[in-house]
Amino acid sequence: MVSLLPTEDEIILADSARSFLDEVAPVSRLRAMRDAGQGHDHDLWQDMSKLGWAGVLIPKAAGGADMGYAAANILSFEMGKTLAVSPFISTSVIAATVLRQLRTDRANRRLTEIAKGDLVYALAFDGAPKHLQNTPDVMARPSRDGFLLSGPKTLVMEGGVADRLLVSTKVKYGYAVFDIAATQTGLSSSPMNLIDGRDAVRLGFKDVWVSKDDLCGEIDQEEPILKRALLAGYAAVAAELSGIAAGVFALTIAYLKDRQQFGRPIGSFQALQHRVAHLWCEMEVTASTILNAGRMLDSDPDNADLAVSLAKVRAIRTARLAVGEAIQMHGGIGMTDALDLGFYMKRARVASEWLGDESYHTERVAQLRGL
Amino acid sequence: MDDLTSFRQETRDWLATNCPAAMRGPTDGDADICWGGCNWQFQSDAQRDWMHAMADQGWTAPTWPTGYGGGGLTRAQEKVLTEEMARIEARSPLDSFGLWMLGPALLQFGSEVQKRHHLPQITRGEIRWCQGYSEPGAGSDLANVQTRAEDAGDHYVVTGQKIWTSYADKADWIFALVRTDRDAPKHQGISFLLIDMASAGVSTRPIKLISGASVFCETFFDGVKVPKDQLVGQTGQGWEIAKYLLTHEREMISGGAQGLLGGRSVMKVLADAEADLKDATLRAEALACEIDTLAVELTLDRYKDMAEGGQGVGDASAMLKYIGTELNKRRHEVMMRAGGSDALEWDGVHGTLAAEWLRTKANSIEGGTSEVMLEIISRRILGLPG
Repeated sequence: MVSLLPTEDEIILADSARSFLDEVAPVSRLRAMRDAGQGHDHDLWQDMSKLGWAGVLIPKAAGGADMGYAAANILSFEMGKTLAVSPFISTSVIAATVLRQLRTDRANRRLTEIAKGDLVYALAFDGAPKHLQNTPDVMARPSRDGFLLSGPKTLVMEGGVADRLLVSTKVKYGYAVFDIAATQTGLSSSPMNLIDGRDAVRLGFKDVWVSKDDLCGEIDQEEPILKRALLAGYAAVAAELSGIAAGVFALTIAYLKDRQQFGRPIGSFQALQHRVAHLWCEMEVTASTILNAGRMLDSDPDNADLAVSLAKVRAIRTARLAVGEAIQMHGGIGMTDALDLGFYMKRARVASEWLGDESYHTERVAQLRGL
Repeated sequence: MDDLTSFRQETRDWLATNCPAAMRGPTDGDADICWGGCNWQFQSDAQRDWMHAMADQGWTAPTWPTGYGGGGLTRAQEKVLTEEMARIEARSPLDSFGLWMLGPALLQFGSEVQKRHHLPQITRGEIRWCQGYSEPGAGSDLANVQTRAEDAGDHYVVTGQKIWTSYADKADWIFALVRTDRDAPKHQGISFLLIDMASAGVSTRPIKLISGASVFCETFFDGVKVPKDQLVGQTGQGWEIAKYLLTHEREMISGGAQGLLGGRSVMKVLADAEADLKDATLRAEALACEIDTLAVELTLDRYKDMAEGGQGVGDASAMLKYIGTELNKRRHEVMMRAGGSDALEWDGVHGTLAAEWLRTKANSIEGGTSEVMLEIISRRILGLPG
């Protein structure tokens, strides 16, 4: 059995990520972006790429750091803590995991560009408001050395800024994933005005022609090329949610010690102490599932489904509890936009829905446990 | 071949030879557990042979020093032993409060004479210990100990009452908190005494629980003479020793929770009851329990890895105790619902499920209530003001 302790390298990675993010990307940076109506932070992604984060899952031969999924989760967790905005999960976790399975020269060139921070990917996966609801979706019909794509996609995170799109489609006898330019003719894109202020779009495909060279791997029955990438994405979003809980928890503890009512700090009241202690317990339990998901993806990816869905369910529940308790314990001031709590709550809601909500991952656990 | 690999091979060979076939496989409840003690009747020859073989190796207390009857193993070696025992489903050779609680406290605070006398008797299963902490007026307010130990020259005279003393009616000795100084502040006037249950003036009375079981007792001390060399540590050091020992108790209870969690499966009970298809509300609750069970098991594993890596678990044992016991209560509620009216009998289709369900209600009380655990977390881990 693998150890659930962080390695020395992972501790160093977490420490350096934390000091970088605290200094360069505190929540005030997201607030400034939100106020300016920007959903993407180009400069921050360049800085992160220089630190090797963009290539954390990319082979060294292609210019990456190749540190594995547990390390990617650590970065995602730390970004969640300060709500740092980046295309890390779309590009460096999901797209990198797809591309490195292809083992073609073209895929390797793109991996190199990702590692440098020069290429941003978005995943166009869900066709409907729920993950894998499956209807409606983009259909692909064979046409002239390629395919014609038609149908809707929604919640395409980083879809406004991405250079390229990974598009999942249904074909007559299975599934196909295409790697296409975001500027493809016939593709319409409309921004979603998301509560968390981040870049996301709805896409409309109307007979968009794509070359068969854009097909990732083979047409298949079970989307295997995407399967591992989705698993990695689920785990990374779970880690981000876990970081969101940790970030908002730290603000709450500080407030409990600082805020005076009835002549004493409100953190001296048992009604609040027990609730926040319970929250801490939930966070500790969830942290174990995040670590385990990373370890399973690194050591036994074919059997990581249970570990990953377990982590996402727990992370969603814990983040919801953490942001809810944060606002309640802050009282009225917690409801104001002057504080950062709202940013945590909104991002937690988006990340809970993105790549599978609580019900979706609970049902996966049920299937995998034979119920 | 490194040292640990060769140790694993030797251990595997030794277990293959010495662990009787009847001592492999899951136990069938309390009746299969070996508690040891002066009056212990082994349930089988295999149980006796297994305990003696393990005790001779020092492996009933693998990490205690060999001079005190232990195995002198490192943490890493202990882990190998545990894994190798689990591989052949070997049962625990000896369960005892001496091993889990008193032993660690004696190793830390006991005199050399006390260690040499008491520890080997514990590892060989010769003396069965019980714990005398709680009193009628000292539950969560544990330091409110009223049992008095009066200084009478070469001995103490102990008078008072303890409650919730598990298996006191079967124990040979008790380790107890007593008040040696009534004028000192509450936490400072307490001392830690070892008392022979056969002493004149000691009596016990079992308490019948809602589950029908009677593992807990009331224990009475009526002018009991206790030699002064049975004091552990200094006079007035009792509270410090008690806190140290409680940490071990909590780790044991949360570790025990792992056993409980690994035992009766919510999913299995649900499948047996065929309730999964019909009752969506129950299914959702069972799934939530299953998810939390998996997550809590991983957390117990993670903290075990931390302990083996030399990082103390410390106050976080309060978290393990809290989440483990609260989850166990939830799981049993789901199992009772799944069983329907079949689960309402004392001994029916689902065995003793009803009694187990009732028994779980004490999990979040014994060894410190859930509320006390949350208090420890908020004060000592989160640093919230008092």
